[in-house]
Formats: sequence, structure tokens, C-alpha cells
Amino acid sequence: MATVPVAHGLLLAGVLFALGLVALLGRRNVIFMLLAVEIMLNAAGVAFIAAGARWGRVDGQVMFLFILTMAAAEVSVGLALVLQFYNRTRTLDVDAATSMKG
Amino acid sequence: MFSLLWLAPTLPLAGFLILATVGARLPRRVNTALGVGSVGLAALVSLLLAAAWAAAPPGAYTQTLWTWLHVGTFAPGITFYLDPLALVMLLVVTGVGFLIHVYAAWYMQDDPSIRRFFAYMNLFVAMMVVLVLADNLPLLYLGWEGVGLCSYLLIGFWYREPGNVKAAMKAFLITRIGDTALIIGLFLLFAQLGTVQIQALLAAAPGLTPAAATWAAALLLGGAVGKSAQLPLQTWLPDAMAGPTPVSALIHAATMVTAGVYLIARMHGIFTQAPGVMTAVAVIGAVTMLMAACSALAQRDLKRVLAYSTMSQVGMMFMALGVGAWTAAIFHFMTHAFFKALLFLGAGVVIHALGGEQDVTKMGGLRKTLPGVYWALLIGALSLAGFPFVTAGFYSKDAILYLSWTAARGAPWLWALGWFTAFLTAVYAFRMIFLVFHGPAVQAHPVRDARVSVPLGILAVLSVIGGFVLLPRVLGGFAPFAAFLRPVLPEPPQRDGGIFEVVLLAASAVASLGGIGVAYLLFARRRTTSPDAGLARFWRQGWGFDALYDRLVVHPYLWLAQECRHDVVDAFYHGLADVCLMLNGWLSALQNGRVRWYAGALVAGAVLLLALLVWR
Amino acid sequence: MNIIFYLAAAVAIVATLLVVTRLNAVHALLYLIVSLLAVAVVFYTLGAPFVAALEVIIYAGAIMVLFVFVIMMLNLGPQATETERGWAEPELWFGPALLCGVLLGEVIYLILRMPTGTTLARVGTPEQVGVALYGPYLLGVELASLLLLAGLVGAYHLGRRAPHEEPGGGV
Repeated sequence: MATVPVAHGLLLAGVLFALGLVALLGRRNVIFMLLAVEIMLNAAGVAFIAAGARWGRVDGQVMFLFILTMAAAEVSVGLALVLQFYNRTRTLDVDAATSMKG
Repeated sequence: MFSLLWLAPTLPLAGFLILATVGARLPRRVNTALGVGSVGLAALVSLLLAAAWAAAPPGAYTQTLWTWLHVGTFAPGITFYLDPLALVMLLVVTGVGFLIHVYAAWYMQDDPSIRRFFAYMNLFVAMMVVLVLADNLPLLYLGWEGVGLCSYLLIGFWYREPGNVKAAMKAFLITRIGDTALIIGLFLLFAQLGTVQIQALLAAAPGLTPAAATWAAALLLGGAVGKSAQLPLQTWLPDAMAGPTPVSALIHAATMVTAGVYLIARMHGIFTQAPGVMTAVAVIGAVTMLMAACSALAQRDLKRVLAYSTMSQVGMMFMALGVGAWTAAIFHFMTHAFFKALLFLGAGVVIHALGGEQDVTKMGGLRKTLPGVYWALLIGALSLAGFPFVTAGFYSKDAILYLSWTAARGAPWLWALGWFTAFLTAVYAFRMIFLVFHGPAVQAHPVRDARVSVPLGILAVLSVIGGFVLLPRVLGGFAPFAAFLRPVLPEPPQRDGGIFEVVLLAASAVASLGGIGVAYLLFARRRTTSPDAGLARFWRQGWGFDALYDRLVVHPYLWLAQECRHDVVDAFYHGLADVCLMLNGWLSALQNGRVRWYAGALVAGAVLLLALLVWR
Repeated sequence: MNIIFYLAAAVAIVATLLVVTRLNAVHALLYLIVSLLAVAVVFYTLGAPFVAALEVIIYAGAIMVLFVFVIMMLNLGPQATETERGWAEPELWFGPALLCGVLLGEVIYLILRMPTGTTLARVGTPEQVGVALYGPYLLGVELASLLLLAGLVGAYHLGRRAPHEEPGGGV
């Protein structure tokens, strides 16, 4: 198995997370925003696995399993919301959903 | 037998409660029967008590129902105290009250809110009975405020007319000034003597310092002046005639306005410690009676004539109190309750028969259409004018006039004012009779109803025979009334009258007969109508007191209120509200509904937090 | 083995960069699958074969299929790409890029500053993972199952088509 500096694994996670974050903030399409959220969750998973590998423990993997579960639930609800949103507004532009403004 | 005492206030109170709660579900006839019946039963209880008293006078009877509140030494009870003075008041309040309720059953028969009317009237009787039977000052004050409240409610009974509501408000506010003085006096007495029990107070009164006695008596006088419509708080009474006529008869003639007289008579032990205040009572009474008599002479509204007449007669009672003639004042209170209730009820019939017309100059010749009322009102007017030797009013008024000179505190000038007032009283009483019942006839509906004729008849009889319980010494000195009250109210020290008493008696008779004669010349022969200018107008408007108070109190107050509308304090709170609105604007701009902005804000927060870690 | 880790990491970053910049949703999705597969390789090299398998099966498989379904249901035509091009304005990207750049800089700084260490060449077997899940993390497993149930109910509720619903009305 690889014996890389743990910082490299964490750097990979950080870069992936930042990319997802840019997409989340920059895209107006809801589907792309959900994809960006998936990237960010995955990046967090990478960080856990890397940290788990640093100490040779399985807790990081357990945490990733929980992230996986959460991602599954989040995606199912999020995509259902996307469908409703599109049915109502006939667009995927997230900036169209401003009826809750103060 | 005396243990029935608690029923006297409780029965009308129960009537009020039933009418106020379940009355709406009962038919009108039941409501009327409840309203009249409860007071009738209270009157019956009063008569039983009187009979028991006659059989075996207990001196005084005290009945404690429960302790109202108990704070340190301050422990007023719901305690009723029956002595001769309270018994006289109780009989008049429930007896005359019952007759007026019977009459009201006829007078209000077509009114849609008859239930509300009888509920208020029953509450009034209950409160008045509490007032006269109260054993301690807080309980007396409860009754005092209760009758004030009922007066307010009943003056404004037809509340859809804005004028009536204003009159009610005026009565309430002006009497409130007096009530405030009264309660301060009550506190002062408690602070000085450590008790609120009236008999204990009277017993301890000689221990008061002169200053404390003067202050206490002056404050009590303030309360009495407000309630009894004496100078300078008299302006509410003429406007109070906006209420239904039975209300005017019961509250604003027979009972409530004489509560001040009762208060002073009840607390006479305090007043005798304050000679200055006694003089003030006499002067206030004398001036009020004269001014009100002049005003009554110039009124065109039938009920206002009677209102000013009431004010004048109560002023006469105050004069009697001022010279220490307690018994004479209570005697005049009783006869006045009879004949003034009679006059008001008769006037109500007249107004009803004319379809609501109240202007005496537009009336005339009614003695053919309303013969029964004519005789009733004639008897009432004779009694009011003090027609010699046969009417009650003559004896009670003569007792006051006689004592106003011969009592130790009396003075010839007081007698002179009283004599002149008696003369004016006869003039305005018969001006009313002649203008209403004589001269060219106007169209009127005859009124025949037992509910009218029985109360009028009984009151007419009482207005005549009610005086034969206290005869002057020269006419035999038959005075069971004075003997009855002597345990409570001492006789004033007086000079020996002798032949002088006969002279004063004759003078009273002359004033009465002379007044009637002048009225005959002025109003029966020529039907003089007073011009709407000059002195007559000044008198009609009650000596301009309303305008004076308007200028002295109301306008400055309104000006102040206007000025205070935009003051600094408000500016602070408005500023606070504006700041909140501004912040709200900013914050709601943040809530722009754009998810990406929210996410951006989250990221910015993360950047800041991490920056903290970086720079640590 | 290390070289595989770095290769996979590079592939993951490039693929993710492409995901972020694609205009067509299906293209972006395919690049994301590539990225996830690369991350799975990373997991494997870091001694987590079980998780690597799950990454492929659940992430790259099930979850991405959900996205494909939804994109198919929305039935976006060729004009969707044009709309996306219209939305991709440079000034729209400037703020997020700056913000994320700063964040990334901070993260990198913090990672590089912390005490170093290398990953151990030890494999966390599925058996160990299972023992840990049903041992100290049992409560977490229960909560996760509850979360999945909530997700199921929520997705069913939100996804049903209410025929009489007015546009813009409450769900």
C-alpha cells in the first residue's frame, strides 16, 4: 500500500473541495449545484480516508460510510426538489427561486 | 328580626345579578317584575326593621357578614350598622326607590333596553343601601363609588345620543374630584385615629388636633360637595337630567345627591371639631341655594327647573348642617325626597303626554287633560314652596330657617338668605305650575295607568303628612322625629326663641305665600317669558360656571395635551421605531432569497474562521 | 504504489475541473464519474479497499444514475447548453473563484504547517470496518438508517405529481 505524506492526501481533498465550492457558487443551474455538493462531500470523504490511513485505523472508513449514506439521502431529496422546482418555474435557474426573500 | 338587615342590600343586588346574567333569556314582563320586585322586597324588609325598631329600640344594631380585608390594624368588615339615622335613610331609599321603580315600569315599558335599565337601577339601590348602612368608611366609600357608577351609567342610558354620553362623562368626572378628596380624608382619618370604623372614629374625634380635624372635615366636605352638587362642583347636576326621568327622580333628586348630607350628618363628630369647616358648610350651602334658586327661575326646560331646585334644596340642607342643625337637615332630606320625587315623576308624565316636549314655555292648560297629575304636581309644588301649616316642606324648611338664626352657629344673614331663597322657591315652583297647567291649552295625550297613579298618590300623601313628625314648639312641639334621631344626632345649642319663634314662623309663611302670589301675578295673569339675554340668560346658564370652568380648566388642559402630543419622550420612542425599521430594511435586504448568496456568506464565514487559525 | 496515488489524484483533479466547466449536464456527469473512479483508486492505494468498492458501486453507480434519471426526466433539449453558456459570465465566476482561492490558500497553508507524517501501509479490511460499525458506531448506524428512511419519505413526498396544484403554490 502507498506510504505518501498525509499532507498530500489532505491537499487532494482541499483542492477537490475548493473546486466543488467554486462550482457551487458560480453555477446557476441547480443540477450543477447538486453535482458540486457531491464533489465537496466526496472531498470530505477523501480527507477522512487519508486521516484514517495516517493512523492505520478504520474509523475514517466508517466516517466515509456515514458520508455516503448522507449523500444518498441528500441526493434523493435534492433531486426530487429539482423536479418540483422545474415543474413550477419551468427553469433550472436557482436565482429564479427568490420568493422567500425578506 | 334585625338579622334580616343583610337582605336590604342583598335583594336589590340579587336583582341586578339576575337581570345582568340570565335576564336576556327572560321575557320583558319577568325582567320588569324582577327589577321592581327586588326593590319592593327590600322596602318590605326596611318596613319590618322599622316595625321591629318601634316595638323594641335596640339603640343600634350591628351585623358583620365577613371581614373584607385584614392588613395590620386596617380591618374593615362587610359590616352593616343600623341606627335611627341609617333607618330613616334606609326607609327613604328603599321606600321612595320602590315607588319610583313601579313608576319606571310604566315609563320605560316601550324601551328596548328595559332589562339594562332595571339592572342599573337595582344596582343603584343596592349600593345606596350599602352606603347608608356602612359601619366603616371603606364600605361607605364602596357604596359611594357604586352609586356614582350607577349615576354615570343611567345618565348615559340612551347612549346613542352623544350629548347624553357627554353629560354622563361630565357627572362622573366632576364627582370624581370630590371622591378623591373623600378618600384622602378617609386615609387621613385612618392615619390620625387608627380606625375606619365610623362609631369608633366619632368617639375618638375629640382627640384630633385642630389642624387634623380641619383637614379631615374639609376633605370630607369636598366629597360631599361633589356628590351633592354644591358650589363649586355643582355644574354636573343640570346636565345629568339627560337620563330617563325615573333616574332623575331617584338618583338626582331623592337619594344620591343627598348622600353628601348623609355623610356630613354621619360624620358630625368630626365636623364639630372643625368650626371653620362648619362655617364653610353653611356658607357653601347658603350661596348654592340662592344661586340655584335664581337659575331655576330662569330655566325653560322643565327637568332643569327641578334640577336647580334640587341643588337649591340640598344647599338648604347644607346650611342646616353648617349651623349644627343635623336633625333639621335630615328632616328636610326626607320631606324633600318625597316632594321632589313626586315632582319629577309628575314632570315625567307631563313630558310623556306631550310627546317629549320639555320646554315649559311651550306647555299650558294641561290641568284638563291630566287632572290627576295636576293635583299631584300641585301638592308637590306646594310642599316645595313650603305652603304654610299643611305641607311637609313648610315644617322642614321652617325648622332649618329657624335654626339658621337661633342656633349658636346661626346668624341673621344666613336666615335672610334662606328666607329669600324660600321666597324664590315659591316663585319658581308656581311659575312651573302656572306655565304648565294654566293658560291656553296645548294638545296632550291623557295618561291613565295604575303604575303612575299609585306612586304619585302615595308620594303626594307623604308630601303632606310627612311634616307632622317634627312640629315647631309654638305649634305644640310634637317632635317624635327629633326624639327618634336624638341618640345619634345632638340638638344644636340654641338661643331661646320665645315669641321670636312665632315671628320667624310667620316670616316663613309670608315668604311662601308671597312667592306664590308673585308667581300668580307674573305667570298666571301675564305668562311672562324671561328674555334670552342679560341676567335671565346668565342665570339660565347656571351663573356661567360651565364657561368659567371651560376657560379655567378644560382649555388649558386641552392646550397642554395638544402640546404634549409631540414631545421629546415621544420623539425618543418614534426614533427607536425608526431605527428598528431601518435595521429591518437592511437585514431583509440580506435575505434576498438567492441560495448562492447564502452559500457565499457561509464561505466568507469559513474564510474568516480559517483566517483566525492562520494568524494565530 | 505511491505513483498510482499521485496519478489517480491528478486524474481526479482534472476530471473535477472538467466537471466544473462543462456546459452540458450529461458531459459533466460523465466527468464526475471519472473523478469518482479516480478517487476510488486513491482510496484503494490508501488501504481502504472496501470503501473504494463502495465508492464505485454507490457513488459512481447508484447516485450518478439518479442524476441521469433526473436529467432524462427533465428532457432538456440542445437549447439547455445555450442557456448554460449565457449564464457562464466571467464576472459571475470572479467572486466565487476569489473567495475559494483564498479559502484554498488558507487550507493549504494550514495543512503544510501541521506536523507531518506518512500514511501507514496497512489495510483496513472490510471485516474490521464491519466490527467498528456494529461496535462503537452502532448508534451512528441506527441514525443513518433513520436518515435514509427520512430521505425515502421526503423524496416520495416531494416527487409525487399533484395534478391540481397551482404553479407557485405550497408543496
